[in-house]
Amino acid sequence: MRYEAPQDVEAAVRILAAEQGAYVLAGGTDLLVKLRSEMVEPDVIVDIKRIAGMKAVMPEAGGWRIGAAVSGAEMGEHAGLVAAWPGVVEAAGLIGSTQVQGRATLAGNLCNASPAADSVPAIVAAEAVVRVVGPKGTRDVAVIDIPKSPGKTSLGAGEFIASVFLPARGARSGDAYLRFIPRTEMDIAVVGCGISLSLDAAGKVAAARVALGAVGPKVMLVDAAAEAIVGRALDEAALADLAAVCSKAATPIDDKRGTVDFRRHVAGVLARRAAVIAEARAKGEKA
Amino acid sequence: MALDDTKKIKNFKVVGTRPNRPDGIDKVTGRARFGADIVAPGMLTGRILRSPHAHARIVKIDTSKAEALPGVKAVVTRADFGDVPEHVADVMDNCLAGAKALYDGHAVAAIAANSVAVARKALKLIEVEYEVLPHVTDVDEAMKPGAPVLHEGRQQETVPEGLSGNVIARSEFGHGDIEAGLKQADRVVERTYRTGATHQGYIEPHACLATMSADGQGDLWVCTQGHYMVRNVCAAILGMEQGQLRVTASEIGGGFGGKTVVFLEPVALMLAKKSGRPVKMVMSRSEVLRATGPTASSSIDVRIGMKTDGRITAAFAELRYQGGAYPGSPVDMGSMSAFAPYDLENVKTVGWDVVSNRPKAAAYRAPGAPMAAFAVESAIDELAKGFGLDPLAVRLMNGAKEGTKASYGPTYPAIGLMATLEAAHTHPHWTAPLGENQGRGVACGFWFNFGGDTCVSLNVTPDGTVTVSEGNPDIGGSRASMTMMAAEELGIPYDQVRTVIADTGSLGQNEVTDGSRVTFAVGLATIEAARAAKREMCKRAAMIWGIDADAVEWEEGAARPAGPNAGKFPPMTLKEIAAIASNTGGPIAGHHEVNAEGAGVSFGTHMVDVEVDPDTGATKILRYTVFQDAGRAVHPAYVEGQFQGGAVQGIGWALNEEYIYGEDGILQNAGFLDYRIPVASDLPMIDTVILEIPNPGHPYGVRGVGETPIVPPLAAVANAVSAAAGVRMTRLPMSPPRVLAAIHEAARG
Repeated sequence: MRYEAPQDVEAAVRILAAEQGAYVLAGGTDLLVKLRSEMVEPDVIVDIKRIAGMKAVMPEAGGWRIGAAVSGAEMGEHAGLVAAWPGVVEAAGLIGSTQVQGRATLAGNLCNASPAADSVPAIVAAEAVVRVVGPKGTRDVAVIDIPKSPGKTSLGAGEFIASVFLPARGARSGDAYLRFIPRTEMDIAVVGCGISLSLDAAGKVAAARVALGAVGPKVMLVDAAAEAIVGRALDEAALADLAAVCSKAATPIDDKRGTVDFRRHVAGVLARRAAVIAEARAKGEKA
Repeated sequence: MALDDTKKIKNFKVVGTRPNRPDGIDKVTGRARFGADIVAPGMLTGRILRSPHAHARIVKIDTSKAEALPGVKAVVTRADFGDVPEHVADVMDNCLAGAKALYDGHAVAAIAANSVAVARKALKLIEVEYEVLPHVTDVDEAMKPGAPVLHEGRQQETVPEGLSGNVIARSEFGHGDIEAGLKQADRVVERTYRTGATHQGYIEPHACLATMSADGQGDLWVCTQGHYMVRNVCAAILGMEQGQLRVTASEIGGGFGGKTVVFLEPVALMLAKKSGRPVKMVMSRSEVLRATGPTASSSIDVRIGMKTDGRITAAFAELRYQGGAYPGSPVDMGSMSAFAPYDLENVKTVGWDVVSNRPKAAAYRAPGAPMAAFAVESAIDELAKGFGLDPLAVRLMNGAKEGTKASYGPTYPAIGLMATLEAAHTHPHWTAPLGENQGRGVACGFWFNFGGDTCVSLNVTPDGTVTVSEGNPDIGGSRASMTMMAAEELGIPYDQVRTVIADTGSLGQNEVTDGSRVTFAVGLATIEAARAAKREMCKRAAMIWGIDADAVEWEEGAARPAGPNAGKFPPMTLKEIAAIASNTGGPIAGHHEVNAEGAGVSFGTHMVDVEVDPDTGATKILRYTVFQDAGRAVHPAYVEGQFQGGAVQGIGWALNEEYIYGEDGILQNAGFLDYRIPVASDLPMIDTVILEIPNPGHPYGVRGVGETPIVPPLAAVANAVSAAAGVRMTRLPMSPPRVLAAIHEAARG
């Protein structure tokens, strides 16, 4: 097993494209665990942290571009990100422990392609776009299109994610992410829900995106959930409709972490609670 | 004699204080050497190949390809061991499967190689031909006629006909007439309770390093709760004389009963013997969960009758424990402890020991008792609440005291149950207000405690410091406790004594660290060893003074003439006597060997407040208080630590911890992600109240405290959750999906 730390994207892509058993290392919080538990046996590990821009959070077109190697802890200490996308930052901040937070990245969480990944429903709700680099050049891809099934992504041979872009959004916007875990930390989502919404001047929902995690083979964007609340004030009736739509949209399985009934019900509960938080943030209230 | 000694001690100077532990610096700086930290020149890596099947006949094992791989130095299968003595036959079979693999993860073969990479590769080259058999992992299913049978011919005569061969034994305890007692009751609660199998969850995985010389002398460094047991069992399995195998215990990162048996050690020794090289073996976390010794899962029927005033008229429990792949589940101890806290006229338990296709259960902190207490204390709670009675008052009314004939036979001497109940009843926690969706639960628990074979040597150095050698690994601060008791007895400062854990070549037989025995039994032997040293030092002083040894007494760290008739001599301190020991007869030491009896049973009462989220079924522990009798708390901080640790493990058992098997009989959660022990943020500070009702069997009144604290929490938390959720929970763990389903079912009526 070799370790390579290329200085630029081109060199990284060359190695990744040339070798079947090549794995990308950013934070390493998934790769090292898999390595230690003998789930993977890489021929070469390609550390992308020395490539320019990988550790940067940069403003761009009113939004924010987050390098692939930026850790959850760095996001949590970035005032601009926290102000613009508190739900995304919180979601990334839920991954693992304090120690893991110093390493774990948004891009890595996405490429692990777990349907239970905490940050993914939040960035799907945020309508984030990732910049993919590879042998055929650079392409921008909607986050929702990256995971294909548990453990599998749509990235081609030699490709990796260089950055995650959180777009600009208007005034009176807010986002939130909630997950259900049996413990209080150091756990994996049994159900996750990310919501991003904007309010109109009257306080009604002007736009919304609702994403659910851990209730299907990949994180799902629930259009019907957005439709259930757009144009309405988030009163009890709207929240009940939102919860019902999310429970119905969920397609979970029975497994060691939860039952179908439990996950369906809790998907609705979390959607309702996340919507209340996102709304408060959109109104500029502390939540 | 012991009781008189206790009375003589008016004011303890060291016992009851809270000094820093002598092993503390090494442990917080990472310098302490645990099992995996031991290395030897030229050592090999040992690895185990494990069964991927829950139940399978091993038709053939072909190791030739693995043996041919460069870097592989030895391959071992069961065939290498030949016949072993009957008393270690099951242990052997668990360490390396013989005719059948009996559970997912059962060891089948082992290799030693000169690198981890080679070892991994070699495991894949071992070809095992399995004939997969039907399996059973649930206790009630395993008992049914027609269930797949693990062993033929192991059923004992106590088992009536018509049950599966998996039912190994039946036991019965109690007295009085259950049916007559139930007739006197105003209400009878009859329910079935179930608990999942839990693992001790010690942080340090099993690890050892074995060497075997050409002349048959072996050395083993190992993480264990009892290196004398390791020596004896390994010697029997390998056909060695016990004196030819020296075992040294490493520091230990938790055991809780799970390290009172061997898994890797005989295999490591055989690999060392075949390869001629030191062999180190370290389990992964997944191996620990799949193939060490969790506790039993259980299914328990309880019938209890109560009068409207709270008096229990009769109590019956039938307990079914599956203890994994070999006989010996802790059902008897569960049965004996189930009603131990109560003074009952009519009481009976029936226990069933059942095998199933799971790893063989090992001891887990008060083995067998927590699940029995969960069932009994839940039923008592339900009855008390049904009559609108204070559940603590009901327990005070029925509680056992000195003179009570226990359900399992003996009549109690002085015990502390009532003291814990009274302390709980008057504690501010009991009357603190509760909010919406919150509930409070209480429960009692009992543990026998144990003494056993113990051997301690206490040596006085020429400069007058003291070394205590004892044979039990320091698993809960016992170096500190022994040091304190030796210092107390000798009348010298704590920092003048150092306690070491001696290897098996240095002391006589020592029972494993179990039964909460160490502070009691090793403490007793330490005190007696110190007394022997004091007698010797008095003799030396008498020799110098030219008076009778009987005319010298030991007080405050010095020999003194015993009264005016003995003559007038200035006291000789321990240091002064030690300095001239060479001229007065040679080195000074004291030792004590005993099979310690009189351990003194222990009781506790736990109180807990929880909040249940009615929308998700999630339980939050809000407040928790432990009340327990410690006899005498030698180091109160470590007593409190034991109370807190037991409560936390019990909370985990109650809420989330559980072995989850699929339909295929494969363990689905062999890791700390999905085997959920509580994390720090799940818990409030666990408050503790230490009661001290001295144990007449110990010179200072010490009772073991390590196990009792895990007995009440399952029931206490279940009673609290049931109150908060408004529905009686009878199955553990009370994971959020189960609680939410129960809430929804209750709402549907």
